[in-house]
Amino acid sequence: MGSTVTQGNVWEGGNKPLNASYGKMMMWFFIVSDALTFSGFLAAYGFSRFKFIETWPIADEVFTHVPFFHGNYPMAYVAFMTFILIMSSVTMVLAVDAGHKLQKNKVIWYMFFTIIGGIIFVGSQAWEWGTFIKGDFGALETKGGRILQFVKADTGERAALRDFAKPLHEERIQHERKNGMWFVGEGALPTYSLNEVVEGFKSNPNILIRTEQINVEGEKTLLNRQESLTKLKSATQVVEGANLIHNEYGSRLFADFFFFITGFHGFHVFTGILINIIIFFNVIIGTYERRGHYEMVEKVGLYWHFVDLVWVFVFTFFYLV
Amino acid sequence: MAHEHKLEIFRGLWKFKSNIQKIWGVLAFLCFITIVEVVLGIYKPDFLMTPLISKFDEGGWFIKTLNVLLLPFSSLKALNLIFILLTLVKAYYIAWDFMHLRDENSSLRRSIVWTPIFLVLYLTFILLVEADYIYNVFKDGFVTWNF
Repeated sequence: MGSTVTQGNVWEGGNKPLNASYGKMMMWFFIVSDALTFSGFLAAYGFSRFKFIETWPIADEVFTHVPFFHGNYPMAYVAFMTFILIMSSVTMVLAVDAGHKLQKNKVIWYMFFTIIGGIIFVGSQAWEWGTFIKGDFGALETKGGRILQFVKADTGERAALRDFAKPLHEERIQHERKNGMWFVGEGALPTYSLNEVVEGFKSNPNILIRTEQINVEGEKTLLNRQESLTKLKSATQVVEGANLIHNEYGSRLFADFFFFITGFHGFHVFTGILINIIIFFNVIIGTYERRGHYEMVEKVGLYWHFVDLVWVFVFTFFYLV
Repeated sequence: MAHEHKLEIFRGLWKFKSNIQKIWGVLAFLCFITIVEVVLGIYKPDFLMTPLISKFDEGGWFIKTLNVLLLPFSSLKALNLIFILLTLVKAYYIAWDFMHLRDENSSLRRSIVWTPIFLVLYLTFILLVEADYIYNVFKDGFVTWNF
């Protein structure tokens, strides 16, 4: 396995000091630089979260949904996504191994499963984005940009706006460019207006406000009825779902970083799938048999494992810690 | 080109008969660690929600340096420390066995691994120091964001 026969011969030229081909070394070079990029993003996330550490949303209260099922399953779908990506990494390694032994059919099957795993992962991530953007329970935003959420007093469960808001049949319609000043418009209005939520809250004594602040037990602070009514006065708008400007889960930066980092990672998975498909077709038509070695499968495998590695870190810092 | 793979992990505690067996063994180990992480993340046991040790209050330069070096144990909750350590273990096995770094030349391995480790540690150090400053500005200073 060594690269040198005699001492002092390694760097004299005419051989490979690190015993790796040009392509493999360049792929590693790219992986190291991309790993540093993601480290920069995660470090920025850590910095922003640390700055708002007392009010950051709690991840397993936000990511609780599983497709096709109703109910509260914190972390379940994310765990499934992690498992899928690790499995696709395993099928990729098996493809590389089959490539070393020049077993073309095995390479084809394993690469096929890797691509399927990648597509399931990207689809799942897209579904997570959709659920996140659509929103869950709804919340109010205060003048200072803080989020007020609602809890049922008797059970301690989260209360959705639709559970207690009072429909008041007001005249508010969306201000589009065609029905107001031509140069001003606004986005779609939330399902309930601020007045409807406030009136619903006042007439339903079973609902309490939950602020963003995390108390000593590590839970969000629950205000009693009197404090809730006082806090309600500072609410200025209803927030449903999430976008880059405000989100119903808490700090604006939470949604911003979620979209940015998982989006960047998802983009890497997507390009990884595309590259895998190209190599998959090349294997089928026999390019690497003719070449005599399956090193391209190995290089693409390195990129795919890098994507998996980044996900392991993103999963830890976003969802677990 | 002959590709011999090293077939032991855990420093020889677990030997495999073939490369394929080693891959499945590593997968089993990674799944086990992920399950532990997910279960801990869902249940968050109370005894893990505090740092392992507390900082030393008084002392000379040696104690102060020790305080900084032991920051992961004095300022991170034990649960989070476990998550980060388990993540590093997973990263090690993915890099060493799935990306075949165990079979590469040690010089290539070192140039790949030590560069990001050094740079990430440096970046983390800068950001932790600055984030601490910003946090204190919001806490003790005359800037607030709570209305």
